[in-house]
Amino acid sequence: MTFTVEIKVMPHKELLDPQGKAVIGGLHSLGLNGIEDVRIGKSITLQVNAATADQARELAEEASKKLLSNPVMEYFEIHVN
Amino acid sequence: MKFGVVVFPGSNCDRDMQDALANDLGQEVTMLWHKDRDLSAFTTEDCIVLPGGFSYGDYLRCGAIARFSPMMQSVIDFANAGGKVLGVCNGFQILCESHLLPGALLRNNNQQFICRNVYLRPDGFVRDLLPSEDANGPIAYKIPIAHGEGRFHADEQTLNQLEANDQVIFRYCDDAGQITAAANPNGAARNIAGISNEARNVFGMMPHPERACSSLLGNTDGRAIIESLLMAKQLVG
Repeated sequence: MTFTVEIKVMPHKELLDPQGKAVIGGLHSLGLNGIEDVRIGKSITLQVNAATADQARELAEEASKKLLSNPVMEYFEIHVN
Repeated sequence: MKFGVVVFPGSNCDRDMQDALANDLGQEVTMLWHKDRDLSAFTTEDCIVLPGGFSYGDYLRCGAIARFSPMMQSVIDFANAGGKVLGVCNGFQILCESHLLPGALLRNNNQQFICRNVYLRPDGFVRDLLPSEDANGPIAYKIPIAHGEGRFHADEQTLNQLEANDQVIFRYCDDAGQITAAANPNGAARNIAGISNEARNVFGMMPHPERACSSLLGNTDGRAIIESLLMAKQLVG
């Protein structure tokens, strides 16, 4: 079976995210002053062939730990469809 | 001692490094293609250099894909066997992604790619190999930087450990050798510009000493920096 796995990779909450900082400046220039914080990460979509959703999640977890994220600077969340 | 300079797709300081090592420092240099794996011509007396650039387009994270190239598998084995490895700029990022050095290089805190001269002060065990002070006070080495992701980051415990083991080898300073917040170009933790591994055979630094080796370029401060790392003695056990 093929599962669609969505992986969200985000910079750790305690780290400065210069990209988010630049974007919030742009949003405020647009007059959208209610936006208080912006943090920018990555969204990665995998098509995974596995017997069960749990196996697909396991494979995605290994991929996230070994390559798709760097635990020194990022955390990840996995959603299997 | 001879040198091997690894060429990744997207490396752009590989020829500068080759030129500086061969023509300014008079060393034997071989270029190594990222798809090859053969390091049999090198012994642990030699040095492999990972040059600056944008390996694999900096896709995913700087250095993340280069880590899995065939040549890097051999370089990791070479480093673990005690061979010297120097990573400059993107090379430093690759060493961190390969877990040969701790920490990571994050986007500069001012959100900009920075290309200019900075000043460095030797620290850690490199103080024994490169003068960090003379009768007039601290010595600052002028070396160019050119990076968008050079903000060194590691958790507090790792930073304390690096300092306790004398593994912080260069810090950003001002032209008088003072290590100040204003002299920190990218927001690096504790002004860290370069570190080594615990065994002192793997070195990473964001500044480019190879761009400061020729008197024709008006700055030769990089020569002493490269030479000092070559004199470093590996800690055994």
